[in-house]
Parts: sequence; C-alpha cells; structure tokens
Amino acid sequence: MTISIDPQKTNNESLQPKGWLRYFSFSLDHKVIGIQYLVCGFLFYLIGGTLASAIRIELASPMSDFMPRDVYNQVLTLHGTIMIFLWIVPVVNGAFGNYLIPFYVGARDMAFPRLNAVAFWLIPPSGLMLVASYFVDGAAQAGWTAYPPLSITTPQSGQIIWILSVLLLGGSSIFGGINFIATIIKLRRPGLKLMQLPMYCWAMLGTSLLVVLSTPVLAGTLILLSFDIIANTGFFNPVLGGNVVVYQHLFWFYSHPAVYIMVLPAFGLVSEILPVHARKPLFGYTTMVFSIMGIVVLGLVVWAHHMFTSGTPPWMRLFFTIATAFIAVPTGIKFFNWVATLWGGKISINSAMLFSCGFIINFVFGGITGVALAQVPFDIHVHDTYFVVAHFHYIVYGGTVFIIFSSIYHWFPKVTGKMLNEKLGILHFIITFIGFNLCFAPQHWLGLNGMPRRVAEYDPQFQFVNQISSLGALLMAISTIPFLINVFLSVRNGKDAGDNPWNALTPEWLTSSPPPVENWEGEAPLVEEPYGYGKEISEQK
Amino acid sequence: MTTLDSSKEIQKNNSEVNETHEDFRMFGLITFLIADGMTFAGFFAAYLTYKAVNPLPDGAIYELELPIPTLNTILLLVSSATFHKAGKALLKDKNSDSQKWLFFTAFLGILFLICQLFEYFHLPFGLTDNLFASTFYALTGFHGLHVTLGTLMILIIAWQSRINGGRLTSQNMFPLEAVELYWHFVDGIWVILFIILYLL
Repeated sequence: MTISIDPQKTNNESLQPKGWLRYFSFSLDHKVIGIQYLVCGFLFYLIGGTLASAIRIELASPMSDFMPRDVYNQVLTLHGTIMIFLWIVPVVNGAFGNYLIPFYVGARDMAFPRLNAVAFWLIPPSGLMLVASYFVDGAAQAGWTAYPPLSITTPQSGQIIWILSVLLLGGSSIFGGINFIATIIKLRRPGLKLMQLPMYCWAMLGTSLLVVLSTPVLAGTLILLSFDIIANTGFFNPVLGGNVVVYQHLFWFYSHPAVYIMVLPAFGLVSEILPVHARKPLFGYTTMVFSIMGIVVLGLVVWAHHMFTSGTPPWMRLFFTIATAFIAVPTGIKFFNWVATLWGGKISINSAMLFSCGFIINFVFGGITGVALAQVPFDIHVHDTYFVVAHFHYIVYGGTVFIIFSSIYHWFPKVTGKMLNEKLGILHFIITFIGFNLCFAPQHWLGLNGMPRRVAEYDPQFQFVNQISSLGALLMAISTIPFLINVFLSVRNGKDAGDNPWNALTPEWLTSSPPPVENWEGEAPLVEEPYGYGKEISEQK
Repeated sequence: MTTLDSSKEIQKNNSEVNETHEDFRMFGLITFLIADGMTFAGFFAAYLTYKAVNPLPDGAIYELELPIPTLNTILLLVSSATFHKAGKALLKDKNSDSQKWLFFTAFLGILFLICQLFEYFHLPFGLTDNLFASTFYALTGFHGLHVTLGTLMILIIAWQSRINGGRLTSQNMFPLEAVELYWHFVDGIWVILFIILYLL
C-alpha cells in the first residue's frame, strides 16, 4: 500500500506560524524540531552547569559550608539527571538527528512528523517539573541512579517527581528512536543504498536500536520503584524481602546502553566533520559501520560491570569483564579510522576541527580509563570514587559535549546562513579544553587516593587538588561566555555563509542555507559518495 | 530574527511534484511493540530472578488456582481468532459482519478483564503481602492495562466500521490491522505470562 503525498495538504503552511514564532509552536518541520531540541537542551545545559558550579564551589573546601548536605545531594542528583536526560540525550540524538537525518536519507521530513513533535514537547514540561521539584518540597537526593534503598528512604515527593519526569523523557526518547529507525530504513530516497549513507545515519540507527531495546526496561523498573515508594511494596526493599541487586541489574540494562546512546551519535557526527575539514574521504567506511553495530550488540551485554561490588558471582564478573574489554576493539577501530582520516589531509584549523580533535584526545583518555575500570581487581579499588567521576566526564563532556560544540560550529552556517566568528570560536575551544582537563584530570588522582564521590565533605589532605579542579570548573563556566556572545552576534551580524561554505559533499549542503521548508526544490539529490573528497571535480560529478 | 527564517523559500517549493512513498505506519507500530515487549521482558526477568534467589517468608501462599487463568487464556486465544475473522470480513467489504466480529472480540476482552478482577478479589494475598504477591499483581496488572487499552481501541474501530460514514473500509484497513497486531501481541504476552506465572 502506498500513500500519496499532496504537497498542499501535508505542509499545513497556512496553519503554521512563520518566523521565530514557529520555534514555540507544535511545528511538524524536522528542522524546526531539531532547533527546538538544541535550544531547549542548551537552556537545561546552563541550569545543569550552574549546579555543577555549585558542586565545585562546595568541594573547594573540605567541610560542607557552601550548602547543607541534603541540598548538596539534591544538587548532584539534579545535575546528573539534567545533563544526561535533558541535555546530552535530547541534543545529540534529537537535535542533530532531526535536523540531519532527513537530509541524509534524501527525505522531506521524518517518517512520523507528528510523533516527532510530540516527542519534543514531552521534554520541556518534564524538565521544568524536575527543576521545580527543588523549590516545592526538595528534589530527589538519590543520585541519577536512584538506587534503592536510598531512593526509598529519602523524602518521597522529590523522588516521585524525578521518576515521573524520567519516565516522560524516556517516552520521548523511545518515540524519537522509532522515528529514526523508520526514517533511515524506510524513507530512503529511491536509489540510495544503505552502504552509501553518511556515517551519522548508521550511528543514529545503532543508537535508536539501543533506545528501543533498553529504555522500556528502565521505564518498567521505575514503575516498580514508584510502587515501592507509594504503595509500600517490597520489590527493591530488603526489609520487605525485596532485592536491591535486581534494581541495579534492570537499571544498568538501560543505563549502560545509555552511555552509547550518548556517545554513538557523537561518533557519527565527528565522522561527518573530520572528512570535510581534512578534505579527505572517511577512512574505513565499512569497518566504521560494522564497529557501530558491534558496539550496539556488545553494549547490551556489559551492564553488570557497574556492579562489581554488589556481590556479583565470579562467573558474572568474568563474563562482563571480558565482554567490556571486547568493546575496546570496535571503539579502537573507530579511533584509528579518525586518525587515519586526518593523516595527510589538508586540515583547516577552525573551531569545528579543533573541537573534534579535542574530542579524539579526551575520548581516547576516557576510553582507556574505561577499560581499566572494567577490570575487577582495579574496579573494586576505585568503585564509587572520584576516578569514576573523572572517567565518565571524559566520555560525556570531553567526548560528547565537545562534539556538540564542534557540530554547532560546523552546521551553524547551514541553519542560519551566517558564519560564526572563528576567533571567538577558537578562544571558546582553548578555554574549554584547558578548563575541562584542569577540572577532571586531577580527579583521577583523587579517586585513586580514595576520595569518595557524592559526598559533600572530604579528607582535608585532598583540598589542594580539589581547588585545582574547581579552578578548572570556573574556566569551563567562563568558556560559555565567548560562545554565547558568538552565537548572538553571528545570528544577526555574522558574515554571509553562502549555501556551502565548507565545500562539503554530504546532502544537507546541496540545498540553500537556511534550507527551504521541504528541504529541496524539486527532487532530492542522489549522493552516492558523501565523502568523495580529494578527487578531481569532474570525477565527483 | 529574520536570519533564522526559511519561510521565504516556501512558496516555490515542489508544488508540481506529487510524490508517493510506502506506508510504514505498520513498521513503526512493530518497532513500538518491540519496545513494549522489552518492558515485559524486564518484568519477567525480575520475577524469575526473585523466584530463583529470594526466599519467601514462612507461610506465604504462592500456589495459584488454575481454572480462571486457563479460562482467560482460552478467552484471549479465541478473541484473537474472532479479530482475524473481522479483518477477513472487512476485506470482503462485509462491514456489518466485520463490526459484529469486532464487538464480539471486545466482549471477550471485557470478559477477560472481569475474570481477572474476580480472580483478584478471591486471591488469599494482597499487593503488599510478600514479594511474590507484589510481582504477581504488577505483572498481571500491567498486562490488564494493555488489555483495557486494546478493548477500548477495538470499540473505537468497531464504531468506525459502521456502514454509513465509518472511516474503516476495505480501502482503509490500517486502523484494523494495527489494533489487530497489538491485540495479538497482548495475547502472546499473556501466553508467556501464563506459563511463567501460573505453570512454572
């Protein structure tokens, strides 16, 4: 059965508001939804960043003097939840996915535009609800993991709001995942083969598979947890015969894949950015595709490496250590492919390129500590210390957030038709890179020496290193200023970019900047070689 | 703010090309049902783990009576067949037959829910009695929620398949096919649930 698309009917142009107002409307245009995701996510990033600053101010001194201890717990819980569920996951999947995937598959919109808009509009209310819970009766205090029995014994109302809000965000994520899978598999332009798709499509396909397979398990788990809190059942309450380790298994069955949900799209985005600015084809396309799919499969069977201190039996430790070590193989393949893409390329040192290179450096460091953490003897020593905090910030901030900034510098000309200021961009990169490493590199040392995470007070011998770390956090906070100035100035007065300032070959650059509502005038172009750089112009055509 | 405005490009956009694409709503629904199935898989995994490692307190009742759930299994299996009949009838343009079969399917769904509630009221344990009781009510309750939603959707498409002015015709089978797939899914989950919860 086929559906015919009548352009007059599907567009609903007369019903949609024009100009900036459409960013506040239930717009069905995938580009508008992408920008809605990005701006909404960035606002939550500012909130989450403020909370991070509060944490670092508190930790500048060994005593709990900046805020009471229970407030500290609320702040760290909100920081983690906001950064993961309201900034990184929506932006790196929702924002760039919605903006780019329809271009890459040669479509005029996503497969299910209404579902897409619903998925976005679930985010602001649940995010606001989560933030508001702090002012009502105190926010949740059990960390973003909400481990029972802590999450059952801490004040209930904040925890229930936290559960509700994460459930809604999970729903939004599942709707988005369904949409991406259908768009990439079913909505490809006729003649476009799967192995000709830009790498970001593969990354989003893998990510969406993980979202669809693992997020529902978290939803079910949180429903059971809410029963424990409201209805006094004992699923995860040892006093009533329940089992806390079952919660941990179910939670990490989602939350380990969630790491890949946060970082696989970044792998895809960096694979788009590097070839353009190095003027070389992406090295090892096929190995890249297979390593993404390898990470998807392995990512689903490694969750218990978060639980080596939860009384896991020896066979489980052995299995999950080995499975985790295997993930280093596809990840290493990707890392070497990126380096090989840069090798001998005609590299332009601009903000997008710098942030991408920063990503490669930080990510390989985070990856190495990740492999180390998967080894049981080492993990038992550093479990729940600042070593873990340093490790995952190297992945999600040094990895994904660097790529989010890189992507903003790369695609800003596409979205607005204006260039960002390169000098401010490079300044932004330098402050971010120094601040980030100053903030998180010392935390490895703190963790190895036994400073526990999630505690407002610590042994005074750690004070000096903590202050260095806080200084780095200050630099990271400052780094947002040149970025914001840059964006606000460039949106209005930036240099005109033209349609394709980078001379890129991927399909989104083959239309005008900003693109028209249904992406292309006439038929969508067939891009068989999205990375055909370095060839004679006649060969490309 | 005009720099972010692409609306000026709208008018001349592809008004002459009229494109068609495959119907992939069913594909989306299947993806959603896989996700939904994973929620149940999580519940089943939790239940089986509890059964293996968490001993129940002395005197806890965890044996279940079989007659009502067996009847329920039969009800759901029959309702899947009657739903299939409804689809066949609609395909042959026999809308009123289709509507009858749909109402009968919804009736079986409601009967299932009544039996389920009857079982709830006659069980010797409550939600918070012990771990087995809690998981029992959580699993059957979550499934019952699915049956309730399915029954409501069947009633809606039964109304839509009315002869005068109904949207559901042999040319527009999708609503029926979608609800049918969902109903078979809920049915399949019940069979797994019945085996794990009542028989094992």
